[in-house]
Amino acid sequence: MAEIKSHIGTQNKKGQTYTDAWKMMHEAPRSPSFYTGSEVIKEALRRASCDVMIAYPITPQSEAAALIGELFAEGYIGDYFRGESEFAVMSQCAGAAFGGARVFTTTAGPGTMRAMENFPMWAGARLPIQMIVTCRGINSPLSIQPDTIEISYLLNTGMLVWHAETAQDFFDWILKGFMVSEEPEVHLPLALCCDGFFVTHTKDVVNLTPADMCLPPYDPYRSPVPCMDMECPPVRMMRDPFIMKSNYISYATHASWQQEIWAAVERSRKHTIKWINGLIDTENTDAEVVIVASGTAVSQGREAIRLLEDEGVRCGLVKVKSLRPWPGEEIREATKNAKHIFVPEFNVTGWLAKEIKATIPNSERVHAGPHVCGGMTMPPEIIASEIKTALGLRSESLAGRGS
Amino acid sequence: MSKERIKISPDLYDIMPSDYQDLVQSATYGKEDRGWKDIGTSKELIEQHSLCAGCPESMAFRYILASLPNPEDTVMVGSTGCTSLVFPMVAVHNIHSLFGNQNAIASGLKRALSVRFPDRVKDVVVLAGDGATVDIGLDMTLQAWFRQEKFTTICFDNELYANTGGQESGLMQKGFVAKMAPVGKLFDKVRLPEIARESGCHYVVNCTVSKPSLVEKVIRNSVLIAREIGPTYIQLYTPCILEIGKNSMEGLQEMRDSEKPTERFAYKEYVSEPAKQFLAELAAKDKERKAAAKQLAGKA
Repeated sequence: MAEIKSHIGTQNKKGQTYTDAWKMMHEAPRSPSFYTGSEVIKEALRRASCDVMIAYPITPQSEAAALIGELFAEGYIGDYFRGESEFAVMSQCAGAAFGGARVFTTTAGPGTMRAMENFPMWAGARLPIQMIVTCRGINSPLSIQPDTIEISYLLNTGMLVWHAETAQDFFDWILKGFMVSEEPEVHLPLALCCDGFFVTHTKDVVNLTPADMCLPPYDPYRSPVPCMDMECPPVRMMRDPFIMKSNYISYATHASWQQEIWAAVERSRKHTIKWINGLIDTENTDAEVVIVASGTAVSQGREAIRLLEDEGVRCGLVKVKSLRPWPGEEIREATKNAKHIFVPEFNVTGWLAKEIKATIPNSERVHAGPHVCGGMTMPPEIIASEIKTALGLRSESLAGRGS
Repeated sequence: MSKERIKISPDLYDIMPSDYQDLVQSATYGKEDRGWKDIGTSKELIEQHSLCAGCPESMAFRYILASLPNPEDTVMVGSTGCTSLVFPMVAVHNIHSLFGNQNAIASGLKRALSVRFPDRVKDVVVLAGDGATVDIGLDMTLQAWFRQEKFTTICFDNELYANTGGQESGLMQKGFVAKMAPVGKLFDKVRLPEIARESGCHYVVNCTVSKPSLVEKVIRNSVLIAREIGPTYIQLYTPCILEIGKNSMEGLQEMRDSEKPTERFAYKEYVSEPAKQFLAELAAKDKERKAAAKQLAGKA
């Protein structure tokens, strides 16, 4: 077994210093940089002490995946290759994680769907893989445009699911995400989602940690299940394989293991709160009207609140950062004063509104919308308009032809 | 893994299961010339299994596990099917994840082990059925070979989906009547050994498991070549006696009948030029070692 020791303070082959993650993320000086979301993913990975990254092209994550290839060529990543499909890539990620590596990958839209069979397997096998999901449409006819519907399919896989609003979230959460995922009592994969194009392809000022600091390496021997590297005794696992047996022991084993996965999601709550400073952010939640949103819908909501303030309507904001673990208690508390709760979303079904309705008392307060999908933008005006309509206020017609 | 690592604390010895005690006392981890002849005199790396009585797959498992050149540093990757009933009883780390993705898992695994243990040998061996290898997992089987991933792929070819009850598979013979082939299979048995050769495998063998010494040679070669040169593929006939209407005692004869020179499992082998050279070097070293040992024995 590789010797378990602290690497903090030592240098990797690129001359970066392994740094205590908390210090690196919270105390180290930051320098502002003007980067696209894709470039930010690369910069986060430069500091992530990642062993294996596996790539596959699909818009809008191709650029990020290719940029990480450049990092590999520079020597920052242990191994890197292009797989043959998302299904294969996610299995390759699993293989690398079973073998004790810190593993990273990126996907989007139809790729997420194609790979779906892998995600409950990742969670069930307790593999702390990090997967960036740059959301896009999954419907036919073919669409490559932003749309967050794919997140709803990830919510019941047993993965941790976070939804970044900005490139800054992305930078910080990639690095912090490894820390939460790799906690021995968590040890689950993380789907770190963002809205494709809006975050990946726009430039923003992002405050980066120093490039000569990196996360401590992953220690696979802190895993709650054995690492498959033949460095610990290969005992016979069971006398009677559970897989296809129809008996009570088999059912009970599978049931308790599924419960354990969700218990691990639950146990991630305190670590997630610690690392990303709460599962939600709130502003003015004493107002009678509150917008609850995730991803870039938060940014649009914030602008809508500004518009509404100009018209004398006071409105609070809840930014949902983590979807799994789900911030039920936090949302109940943040919306307790609200008479009207608006949930703007970049998808047609309104999955976030459904989750919120299932969480809070008096769920008729929830106005599921506005929704845009298929790549449409969500101008703040339509959020403001929907709110004003619901409140019975006069609203000017948007892009209309007059009446 | 050193054999030291599996040693039991004396205080806990008597509460450990007897099969674990046996593993510590007499398994052949680390034995240089291990092989099928150790069966019966040492602890095998497979405990009881839950396959059907007389299933040739169980013979194949025993011979393969006896023949791995480096079990103390070998990780196996399986897939869904009858083999997944056996793997939990195998004393080598093994992974089951999904159906058909075994060569993708092995690709990631081999790379992770190479990153983590750059100065040590860590062998990866895939062992899956014909449905997993040729049907649902074909793209990942081939793509691992195209990429020259350095691990061995073993296919237990029973020419049908056994575990789900005998449905048609790509490696089934043409004309065979099975579930999902109600009027007989309409196309030929997929020629995966030839495809393997064209896809970049350096060592390809198609045979049965009727002869343990042959299985030993083939498995040893395939693992060593995969370690040093590139992908290898072994297709072993392990008939499903249940689904072809045979009795428990008839598996061996079925394999013998199927390996006759004109039959579909007549021994076929392909060795690439680099692999031939490698095997020749191995043979020369082996000869040298034996001569030295003989000389030493003579002096004594």
